[in-house]
Amino acid sequence: MKKVAVIGVGETKFGEHWYKSFRDLAVEAGIKSMEDANLERKDIGALFVGNMSAGKFIGQEHVASLVADHLGFSGIPCIRTESACASGSLAFRQALLSLQSGAYDAVMVEGVEKMTDIIGSQASLALMGAGDQEWEASVGLTFPGLYALIARRHMHEYGTTPEQLAMFSVNNHKNAVKNPDAQFRFEISVEDVLNSPLIADPLHLLDCSPITDGAASVLLATEDFIKKKKIKNPIWVLGSGQSSDTVALQDRKSLTSMFVTIDAAKKAYKQSGLKPKDIKIAEVHDCFSINGLVAIEDLGFCKKGEGGKFIEDGNISLGSTVSINTSGGLKAKGHPVGATGISQIIEIVKQLRGECEKRQVDAKYGLTHNIGGSGASCLVHIFGKEK
Amino acid sequence: MNMLGIVGYGAYIPKYRIKTAEIAKIWGKNPKEIEKGLLIKEKSVPGIDEDTITIAVEAGQNALARSGINPKDIGALFIGSESHPYAVKPSGTVVAEALNINRELRLADMEFACKAGTAAMQIILSMVKAGDIKYGMAIGADTSQGRPGDALEYSAAAGGAAFIIGKDPAAIIEDTYSFTTDTPDFWRREGENYPKHGARFTGEPSYFRHIIQATKGLLNKVGRNIEEYDYVVFHQPNGKFPVKAMKYFKVPKEKYLPGLVVDRIGNCYSGSSPIGLTAVLDIANEGDKILLTSYGSGAGSDSFSIIVTKRLKEIRDKAKKTEYYIERKQYISYGVYTKFRKKLKI
Amino acid sequence: MIKMVHRSSIPLHWRLYEPKYKLIGNKCLKCGESFFPPRNICPNCGRKGALKKIVFSGRGTIYSYTVIRTPLDGFEQQAPYVIGVIKLKEGPKIVGQIVDTEIRDITIGKEVKSVFRKIYDDSPSGLIHYGLKWVVIE
Repeated sequence: MKKVAVIGVGETKFGEHWYKSFRDLAVEAGIKSMEDANLERKDIGALFVGNMSAGKFIGQEHVASLVADHLGFSGIPCIRTESACASGSLAFRQALLSLQSGAYDAVMVEGVEKMTDIIGSQASLALMGAGDQEWEASVGLTFPGLYALIARRHMHEYGTTPEQLAMFSVNNHKNAVKNPDAQFRFEISVEDVLNSPLIADPLHLLDCSPITDGAASVLLATEDFIKKKKIKNPIWVLGSGQSSDTVALQDRKSLTSMFVTIDAAKKAYKQSGLKPKDIKIAEVHDCFSINGLVAIEDLGFCKKGEGGKFIEDGNISLGSTVSINTSGGLKAKGHPVGATGISQIIEIVKQLRGECEKRQVDAKYGLTHNIGGSGASCLVHIFGKEK
Repeated sequence: MNMLGIVGYGAYIPKYRIKTAEIAKIWGKNPKEIEKGLLIKEKSVPGIDEDTITIAVEAGQNALARSGINPKDIGALFIGSESHPYAVKPSGTVVAEALNINRELRLADMEFACKAGTAAMQIILSMVKAGDIKYGMAIGADTSQGRPGDALEYSAAAGGAAFIIGKDPAAIIEDTYSFTTDTPDFWRREGENYPKHGARFTGEPSYFRHIIQATKGLLNKVGRNIEEYDYVVFHQPNGKFPVKAMKYFKVPKEKYLPGLVVDRIGNCYSGSSPIGLTAVLDIANEGDKILLTSYGSGAGSDSFSIIVTKRLKEIRDKAKKTEYYIERKQYISYGVYTKFRKKLKI
Repeated sequence: MIKMVHRSSIPLHWRLYEPKYKLIGNKCLKCGESFFPPRNICPNCGRKGALKKIVFSGRGTIYSYTVIRTPLDGFEQQAPYVIGVIKLKEGPKIVGQIVDTEIRDITIGKEVKSVFRKIYDDSPSGLIHYGLKWVVIE
């Protein structure tokens, strides 16, 4: 495949931004990535915006033009992509394909989500837009509920324990302490997780990612552009895979394995020529601890059903077999839905550039895994320092 | 005698119960006194996801199961209730859709306080008799509300019964007779949450007058004495009124106790005497005669003379019996009761 | 307040009475797989498939379940409520509330049957949504 690299990154802090609007966040992240790459407006050929639900959260559609407008990029071709919580990496993949097609030389990809302008219960309702309206939302199912159904079945089929799930959250928080942009920068224990209120049995409050505001931006460019502009330290996209499955959880063949992850990862691994054991750092989609656990299995880091043990034996912590979610993950870094996919990519890029300071891991390759809904879409990207 | 009558029947009572004592304690009353005065130990409470429509559906499903007929052969459906979920939009259409009854259907909802269910039975019987329809379904169901602190709070309960009427019945409806006057003993104005009643006026000039006149009228019409009946079922607003009426007619205990369910489930309003009838049908034998007289405030009574055929034994095990629903219970507190019955102002 | 289209739309809900009230799904006569909810086209056979309406029995087993303690907006009065993934006797799975059963009596594998209940009735002036829930068969 035609080689494309990430040449600039920038994101806002993730958290509850009472004083910053959707536009404020989008512009902040966009400016940061431009400064990081030291590029100008005329260098950017197109804008790809990943956003799940500005319509429900702030009543605003047409957000690609809005972001372009406020960045001072009006005139630029822009597109908003939506795939629920995978909207960000979907925008990234579309940008990648546009560069590979030769349509553009360099583009900006932004993920933005402003979730706190409506109250929590309304935000949860908006998020259920990612589920099946006719069959899931209609009976009172929530997102924690969907993943709780997965967790219960995983416990039934493989004996996974609530403690093992809790350990996934514990690992996230430990890493987030070292990430200045994370929403929650404090450690938690397994007891803390198990003592936190049950949201949807067996998932506790601390098994669940939060409601967050944030924006993240990356600049992507072709090999020729990078050579021409003498861009330093590009991080190359070695593989990109995307897949889809039924929206309703009830229609899946299995509750304990995500076909979309296995399929998207297979495509990305094939494209990059790499195997799971080559991956030392990965940002996986832990909207709920169980999803992080299932992802580790489906991405091939351990055998199906052994995710719990893999975590328990310390194989996902910083510097171990595979460092999972050095950023703090969705749980501790935060989960501004549309921005998450891009933020995951930024973490891997920074890791490969050696810019992660206290949470730095020595790795040649990194992987990002972004899921939409309860497993209806997935994008997996693999990055490397070398082409 | 026409060979038309009940081809299938079924009851449904929600599983939640609240004890008379639990309600009495909230209002500072002596529970034993209230129990003794009303002869009601506990009443049924609909779950938060139940209403007259859902009750009618399950009762209807039981009736269909017993009848063995194709729901598409039902030509009319009348549901009598004083707690139809909509003031305008019939409960019947939702129930017909859920029971998969065909579209060529005569339908309207009915209201006559506690006797709307039996009025529906009379109308269906006439339509079948006239040959206009092959089978019809009549349902009496309610989720009646009692004003907090009022005497009726102890008795206003939830439940329903469905009857499919046609030929080759399990119980022949020999005949029916109604007695109707304008007697304002109990009413509810449009938009009001709770009914009002005339206290002691609800006794002699209301319940007793109409039950007695209708029963006498029916006996006269069919040319029978009450002693000929093996079971007698009267409308049951509490445990005292029907027993007093039975005493008037000198009906012995063993003939009325099987159909007296109010002490354990309360007054199911339009479902009250119909459920009493299903309880009797669950145990009656071929040749048994059943006398049923309902009462609806406002006021009126419908009386029926029913004769059991050998078919009853063949069909009655095809669905859950009334006693199953009565005995299947979960007690709730007054607090949960107010939440379920949406009495809390939100 | 965001308006959930699904709550307020009349035709959206009315179109679903067959599956939601009566468990009417369909089956592909070519590959033999049955579908609930019914499908517009067989996902296995595509245009070569032949879908026929079928009525499901309303019997199934509990495949997974959870207790929703933080309710979805509009379901506060019902909380906590149990949602299960029910594996229908005929094969497909469906999610729905499991009711009239103590939480401790709910385990994977138990047999359930469908009951007709109110699904959603949040506003005193709005349309009442009915549908099927599930009870454990004793």
